[in-house]
Amino acid sequence: MSGITKTDVLIVGAGPVGLFAVFELGLLDLKCHLIDILDRPGGQCAELYPEKPIYDIPGWPSISAQGLVDKLMEQAAPFKPDFTFNRMVSALERREDGSFRLTTDENEVFEAKVVVIAAGGGSFQPKRPPIPGIEPYEGTSVFYLVRRMEDFRGHDLLIVGGGDSALDWTLNLQPIAKSITLVHRRPEFRAAPDSVNKMYALQETKHLDFQIGQVSGLKGTDGQLSGAIVKGPDGDVEIACTRLLPFFGLTMKLGPIADWGLNLDENLIPVDTEKFETSEPGIFAIGDINTYPGKLKLILSGFHEAALMAQAAKRIVSPGERIVFQYTTSSSSLQKKLGVN
Amino acid sequence: MTKLTYIAHDGTHFDVEAENGSTVMENAIRNAVPGIEAECGGACACATCHVYVDEAWKDIVGEPEAMEEDMLDFAYDVQPNSRLSCQIRVRDELDGLVVRVPERQG
Repeated sequence: MSGITKTDVLIVGAGPVGLFAVFELGLLDLKCHLIDILDRPGGQCAELYPEKPIYDIPGWPSISAQGLVDKLMEQAAPFKPDFTFNRMVSALERREDGSFRLTTDENEVFEAKVVVIAAGGGSFQPKRPPIPGIEPYEGTSVFYLVRRMEDFRGHDLLIVGGGDSALDWTLNLQPIAKSITLVHRRPEFRAAPDSVNKMYALQETKHLDFQIGQVSGLKGTDGQLSGAIVKGPDGDVEIACTRLLPFFGLTMKLGPIADWGLNLDENLIPVDTEKFETSEPGIFAIGDINTYPGKLKLILSGFHEAALMAQAAKRIVSPGERIVFQYTTSSSSLQKKLGVN
Repeated sequence: MTKLTYIAHDGTHFDVEAENGSTVMENAIRNAVPGIEAECGGACACATCHVYVDEAWKDIVGEPEAMEEDMLDFAYDVQPNSRLSCQIRVRDELDGLVVRVPERQG
């Protein structure tokens, strides 16, 4: 038992808007903990398009997505936010005193007075590959990630994909699998050239089989896979396999947030435009995940929402305390918090 | 204006007047062509605007760049004439272009 982590504000999602919320909340002396399913901060900016320039951040005629994330981390740093990566918040419940208890998919428990959902397009989850009839095999014979390598020992393994995940697991599982086949639709790979060379070397010595093609169907009964049909350049071939590991990248899904009792509107969370609070008092939603009349899914809108949300969050965490509106340019107390004075 | 035709998976034709410089994906979304999802909004970061370019147009439209080819790995039933429609920019020489929407997006 790792115990309960307590914080003022629990932020679900460490994308640009979640990171800027740390700054705005920090100016009001609120301590933040962020949880994100990715292994690093930045959300879509870091995962989908780190090198692409963004042209509509005020004051930055052009900044790369990763560059913006780095600057936001720097800006949030004086407030020493805590991060928990590679985790999804799976459950949220309100406690008797009105605060919240959140549980991750690895059963870590957090308590916070305020919850801010800054989850963007939802959580990144492995994409289900476009193979018809795959669903009945999921969790029994088809897996989208490897939690324990031992689970694959002695199996006839079929790995599909051409990126680093597919190649890394092909190389890592090869020694313990009964047999291993890698299927990719073309001879070019996205994976690191070194891994690709290692794979070809293992194929040379017949330690694995690499086939060009696309999986078009599965064979088996009661969730137990026995083979896959691969559509290749020379027609269909059947590959015997008992475990299938498809690596088709990540997609965004709303996930467990849908079960937290909030009003939803087409997978978005309706909020008011004064506090950006959801239908549940004390739970706020900012950035791409919220909706309100006139909503624009822009990072700059999320920044504005974070600033207004912070004022309302402060009133919940420190009821009765007078909030003095101050500017960072002139307030010595704000400058002290930022460590610049 | 440049004329584009989308053929949905059920065979329905959608004839569209497109502005040069816009993408084939954007025009599909504006005209509610079924089967084009464009989850990432045109960043070449998903593969949900996959189309098949009519064989007669394949050479004129051109080949995908490496990044698009990488993304196509995530699409369903990729063929030699597969493209991501967010990466095809409308221009004069594409007047009359025909693209088909696949059975499903990735």
